[in-house]
Amino acid sequence: MNGSNQQDTHRTVERVARESYGRLVAYLSVHTHDLASAEDALSNALVSALSHWPQDGVPQNPEAWLLTAARRSLIDVIRHQHVVQASEPSLALLKENSTEAALSTEFPDERLNLLFVCAHPAIDPAMHTPLMLQTVLGLDAARIAQAFLIAPKTMGQRLFRAKTKIRSGGIPFEIPQERDLPARLDAVIEAIYAAFGIGWDDMVGADQRGRDLAEEAIWLARVLLQLMPSEAEVQGLLALMLHCEARRPARRGADGRYIPLSEQDPKQWSFPLIEEAERHLSEAFTQGRSGRFQLEAAIQSVHAERARTGRTDWTAIALFYERLIRISPALGTQAGYAAAVAEAKGPEVGLAVLESIDRDAIADYQPYWAVRAHILQRLGKTREAADAYDRATGLAEDPAVREFLLKRRS
Amino acid sequence: MQFALMIYHTPEEFDMRKNDYSDPHLGAWRAYYRALVDAGVYVGADALEVPETGTTVRLRDGKRRVQDGPYADTKEQLAGFIILELPSVDAALEWAARCPGASIGVVEVRPLAKEALRRGFTG
Repeated sequence: MNGSNQQDTHRTVERVARESYGRLVAYLSVHTHDLASAEDALSNALVSALSHWPQDGVPQNPEAWLLTAARRSLIDVIRHQHVVQASEPSLALLKENSTEAALSTEFPDERLNLLFVCAHPAIDPAMHTPLMLQTVLGLDAARIAQAFLIAPKTMGQRLFRAKTKIRSGGIPFEIPQERDLPARLDAVIEAIYAAFGIGWDDMVGADQRGRDLAEEAIWLARVLLQLMPSEAEVQGLLALMLHCEARRPARRGADGRYIPLSEQDPKQWSFPLIEEAERHLSEAFTQGRSGRFQLEAAIQSVHAERARTGRTDWTAIALFYERLIRISPALGTQAGYAAAVAEAKGPEVGLAVLESIDRDAIADYQPYWAVRAHILQRLGKTREAADAYDRATGLAEDPAVREFLLKRRS
Repeated sequence: MQFALMIYHTPEEFDMRKNDYSDPHLGAWRAYYRALVDAGVYVGADALEVPETGTTVRLRDGKRRVQDGPYADTKEQLAGFIILELPSVDAALEWAARCPGASIGVVEVRPLAKEALRRGFTG
């Protein structure tokens, strides 16, 4: 075995792991409900692949190979747990499936079940996204902890607790009944969007946190759309994320300085991503079932129009926000609405919208203060604007955003 | 719950401490302080002089040992601290991430010792 061969194998294992991780974990845990054991078994299988494949060559069907190896490891794990009686049925199931499934590529895709399990109402909503990132994408706790600004050990413990609850709490591995489906699907979509981490894109407040998970979130949304191709909100979610992603290259100057959406050069936006976003959005609209993510995507779509028309239709954006507030009056939506009406109808109208937002809720909500500062400045209220700029600066996490706001203040 | 945010500066960061009010570095700190106070989480804070002004004292075998300079021989040195009243360590990490000191140096978050222990000290 030579070095480059080993490197190739490494890359193959990585690729197969990325593409198949969720499918394998979902399939391995669907009967046992034991995510931790399924993950352990799969990681044993991946380690084993790294030592076998360079010598024996990459198998024709790497996914089936991993499944067989993982299943063997899982049977060992279950035997070791000394709960033979309780595990007997799942052992039987594992064995039963092992022959046919290992030999064919075709084993059922249980990822949708897994996504619904991760976002189950019995699990702490704050853990929905971390669970998905770990069980469906195979991200490790340390990486997830970074993105969520939680100590790695704490994140590990919280993931462990959530999995214990899934195993012992009777959370069913199934797609919810039609009656529950809309609410349950919302939770799945929310969790994917939380990984994306960008509240909205048109003002100085977008949270940096989730940004390094943006690609993972888009991947999850694609998986979900593949599994539920006729859900308009899933199309909306993907469209929204693609629109935001399209602008990534334009968000920073060559010197690293922050550039707000209104000052971005549309030539730097990614047109293939915008086109894909538009395709998903129009497909969603043809289904005639409006929803939060379609509206959010529509707002981003209007912004994207500037590349063609050279101007931003703030009246259209304000109208979409009005509809959005009716179904989802989140803080971010209200602040976004204020910013839009300030452009469409004048800053005093925007300020009135800001004044109607609950005082306690905005004490440490950065985007509110950024919008407020901008509107006050336009009204010529310099002193109050400076105060709001201070608040927005003090609450910002990104040094480039802080610098931008301090410059605006002066 | 009270948390201490201990701010460790790099030498470059210590150099940035000018008393010039147009200084963007200072502007960021002032804004951060305001945000803490206005959010109602601020308990207290202070900044330390540069590490070279520190002196360490030890008593060993009845002898005093006094040395120039700070205690730890590390690149980052303690530059100041902030005490905050917050519901959870998650919230403390949020505020630590917003701290201008986190984007160059390091901010350590640690809970203050339990009330009983602190009362033991203060009597």
